[in-house]
Amino acid sequence: MELVDRVLKGEIRAVAKAITLVENGHPDKEKFIDSIYSKCGNAVVWGVTGPPGAGKSTLVDKLIDQERSKGKKVAVIAVDPSSPFSGGAVLGDRLRMQSHATDPNVFIRSMASRGHLGGVAGNTTDAVRVLDAAGYDLIIIESIGVGQTEIEIIEVADIVLLVLVPGMGDEIQALKAGVMEIGDIYILNKKDHDGIEKLEAEVNYMLSLKGYDELKNPVVLTSAVENIGIVELTHTIEDYYSRLKTSNRLTHKRKKRVREEIQHLLISKIMTVINKNLETEKNIDHWAEKLISGEISPYSFFNQKIKNFLEESSENADTN
Amino acid sequence: MSEKVRILIAKPGLDGHDRGAKYIARALKDEGYEVIYTGLRQTPDSIVATAIQEDVQFIGLSLLSGAHKELFPKIVDKLKEQEASDIHVFGGGVIPDRDIPFLLEHGVEAVFTPGTPISDVVKFIESVK
Repeated sequence: MELVDRVLKGEIRAVAKAITLVENGHPDKEKFIDSIYSKCGNAVVWGVTGPPGAGKSTLVDKLIDQERSKGKKVAVIAVDPSSPFSGGAVLGDRLRMQSHATDPNVFIRSMASRGHLGGVAGNTTDAVRVLDAAGYDLIIIESIGVGQTEIEIIEVADIVLLVLVPGMGDEIQALKAGVMEIGDIYILNKKDHDGIEKLEAEVNYMLSLKGYDELKNPVVLTSAVENIGIVELTHTIEDYYSRLKTSNRLTHKRKKRVREEIQHLLISKIMTVINKNLETEKNIDHWAEKLISGEISPYSFFNQKIKNFLEESSENADTN
Repeated sequence: MSEKVRILIAKPGLDGHDRGAKYIARALKDEGYEVIYTGLRQTPDSIVATAIQEDVQFIGLSLLSGAHKELFPKIVDKLKEQEASDIHVFGGGVIPDRDIPFLLEHGVEAVFTPGTPISDVVKFIESVK
């Protein structure tokens, strides 16, 4: 494929086209990803997540400054939600990063969530692969502004930067499961705002409850708008990353991610086969009516369907 | 496969009035398009670079300062330089009727002045996408 060569050369237009290809789930996507796959694995991936308005985009803008000054090629995937009503979206994260728009070594791409619920877009992993193969050293993924359970960023990033701001609720919020647990590094932004000491105390308390961990989660105070604390933050990230690497945790993390991906992949592949065989799209309304009227019961009906499908396929395998 | 029309709404030049740009961004979102908004005071270079990275099919330019005869064609030319002339350019804002033929001759495919119903913009997008 011509597109593969152009992406591997790092041609910007080709990289952009390739991301569209994976984002749209184009029929050529699988072949394309398989062709670039051996060139992936060199980039470091940071995930930036946190509630809406925490200052994620501004922080990413400042992080790009820092990493560019070290000569790194940086790519950003900024995810914003799609409207559940129209399917449209206003993607405005890059507004805060436009000072980098004409830097040939910075590539910024906005993605809409398109109905995917985990806080990132459904094809983020493959979009990361495109950027990785194109030679970007650092890929930053900015999630949508999250609530409590949008934690899929951990399935795509090596390091999760959780951005919090003062005034989000009492310490009970900090104890809750979900997004509060997924940070590798906790960034307390808007450090000049009231309530920052309270937030810091709460986060430190929550982290102390995790028990002993040699790879203690760092807590960093920043004011992204004022560009305060950003240099310290990048040092902290570097230091944490090297400790992740030497303690073998990075390998472990990446393996866990790939395991998740395999599960997702199998499910979607099997779904496609089953849906085709059962003609789900055509029959689903009819099944729903039968279930509602009580004519069939859910488990026995579908167990039988699956059983028939399996018998059919093994017969086909025999005759082949 | 799910293809979406992606549109960049950009404000070139120095005027600081983005109500129109924000209105159109929101209205196009409600019509089901994915709209990338860049904010104020973008240069032709940054608009073209953004359009390419975002792989949009359309750039909608909003300008109220009066510099449209200079800036709109400049953006069209820069797209040509980058071999990205397949990206459609339309414009809006305070643009006198007498300037519209000039813009159309210089590669801007449609011009929408204040008061244009959003359905006209949608019709344009659907006809050329």
